[in-house]
Amino acid sequence: MNNKYFQIVVLAKQVPDTHNVGKDAMKEDGTINRAALPAIFNPDDLKALEMALACKDALKDIMPVKVTIITMGPPRAAEIVRESMFRGADNGIVISDKRFAGSDTLATSYALSAAVKKLGHVDLVFTGRQAIDGDTAQVGPQVAEKLELPQITYAEELVSMTENEIIIKRRLDRGVETVKTTFPVLVTVHGNANDCRPRHAKRVIMYKNASTYSERQQSTDNSQQTLSTEALWEKRPFLKIEEWNADDINPDFSRLGMSGSPTKVKSIENVVLTSKENKTINNSESEINELMKELITAHII
Amino acid sequence: MNNILVFCEITEEQQIAEVSLELCSKARKLADRLNSRLDAIVIGNDIKNIEEQLFPFGVDSVFYVNDPRLSFYQTLPFFSTIAKLIQEETPEIVLFGATAVGRDLAPRISSYLRCGLTADCTSLEIGDHTDAKTQTVYKDVLYQIRPAFGGNIVATIVSPETRPQMATVREGVMKKEIYNENHKGVIRNLKAEDYIKDSDLCVEILNRQIEAQKVNIKGAPIIVAGGYGMGSKENFALLHELADVIGGEVGATRAAIDAGFTEIERQIGQTGVTVRPKLYIACGISGAVQHRAGMDQSAKIISINTDPNAPINSIADYTIIGDAMDILPKMIKSYKNNML
Repeated sequence: MNNKYFQIVVLAKQVPDTHNVGKDAMKEDGTINRAALPAIFNPDDLKALEMALACKDALKDIMPVKVTIITMGPPRAAEIVRESMFRGADNGIVISDKRFAGSDTLATSYALSAAVKKLGHVDLVFTGRQAIDGDTAQVGPQVAEKLELPQITYAEELVSMTENEIIIKRRLDRGVETVKTTFPVLVTVHGNANDCRPRHAKRVIMYKNASTYSERQQSTDNSQQTLSTEALWEKRPFLKIEEWNADDINPDFSRLGMSGSPTKVKSIENVVLTSKENKTINNSESEINELMKELITAHII
Repeated sequence: MNNILVFCEITEEQQIAEVSLELCSKARKLADRLNSRLDAIVIGNDIKNIEEQLFPFGVDSVFYVNDPRLSFYQTLPFFSTIAKLIQEETPEIVLFGATAVGRDLAPRISSYLRCGLTADCTSLEIGDHTDAKTQTVYKDVLYQIRPAFGGNIVATIVSPETRPQMATVREGVMKKEIYNENHKGVIRNLKAEDYIKDSDLCVEILNRQIEAQKVNIKGAPIIVAGGYGMGSKENFALLHELADVIGGEVGATRAAIDAGFTEIERQIGQTGVTVRPKLYIACGISGAVQHRAGMDQSAKIISINTDPNAPINSIADYTIIGDAMDILPKMIKSYKNNML
């Protein structure tokens, strides 16, 4: 560690709540119509935030620790940055630009890694194992590769954390594995990990007006706002949620959005179920008995 | 080269994993379609009988890295080896099992090589692709087919311009089939030190606790599965009762597991296990596409549902309209009467 504080980054995503999917959820080009769905903090990412905060707790008496949330998405993704600040994160950045639209996991991981690089130095990166809108679990390892960090996937428990090394218990298909490594490293957090601590009342009061520039712009007609955005942030810098566009992260533009995404949706089809010969049976004892006899005769049961 | 490469995972018992053999079976068909060679890569410590395990599935050459430091999977040494091998061999297609290992490894490789990767494919085919904008025609690309967002669509993904085309596939999705008992290939030994740097070994494994699989729904000939419609954990007991009587296992949907009705090992579907039993009894399961993806190959399907329009009914051979709590006891009673 060559800086005066230990920098932890949490990569988090605001996702459409896939439990509440309506008809207009998909656009014609096969991408998700995010505007039509309620947006939530991706569940695995909340667990990643908790593990990051637990690491901060472990180190805070030894050295200053900063937990920074980075999220990529539409401007309203600032909501999850604020939510993270209510729960213990120090600050956050929203990466938002139309030029990111249509990104697959490769282009997404490129943009996120460019944002992490812009932060300067990083000791520990956390992210959820996967997001509920894609379930691919690809972005974590891809960001690790782009930052040339080792990766520890499926973290279930933080076993120990010191200024020099971290020990993590990982969930595998058929068991667990405990691993140790030094910093910097990227960790993806499994859904089995501890739930995130709740909002802290004092932090809610402190950060409830934290916002991005575009959020402030949208509410300029509000007569409650006595100070200009610049003056407010000068006075209370902790209320500023950074907002970066594509230019801010110094990218190779060909690696962003659609052009940076090697995978293309060739076609989507609504599932038309192939109807086999279907027999409907009522729930009377005799009909069920007939069915069971049929299955027994056919040696199925 | 237009060869196909399959990453072969090694089990705790030092055997080639089932999912890898399933992938080899599928990859052999794709290779025949493309007139290409089928390669496999095995990384481990003193793996026995690789020839006998892989050649019958149609593998033409096995790249084998044998190193005592690689008894267990570790991301960086495996990543470095396979990424370099892909650069040397330039395969057209690379396939991985969608296991904890495959899902850790494949994305890192795709990031390094800047190529497309599709997770959890349920089907792989070869076909042509015409770009809608440029009208460029790409011959013989890999169609990576998977159920996608929202539960009602199946998406066909292609990576027309980058190579290799990479995909992960869950265990049980492809069928394991012997290609030819007498098929012969070659083993090409690779030196670990040509592929792995010392810094790749920076994550130390302190301890491993691998449990034998408690629940084996994958191998069960009969599955009695419950969905969110079962209503409670207590009601799930009735599924166990029927399963015990007729000699099956209990499975569940993701919604039922999220609701805490049963343990995650029983999850069937795109993010759980894929099963093909001879009988599948779906109780209180509406039939989201992610669930159907894990069970629609079952030989016979019985759906028990209060909703006559539940999507699962359309793939069922028999639909019983009614409450599972009422119907299951009748089935148990009937079975006992008929078997005594």
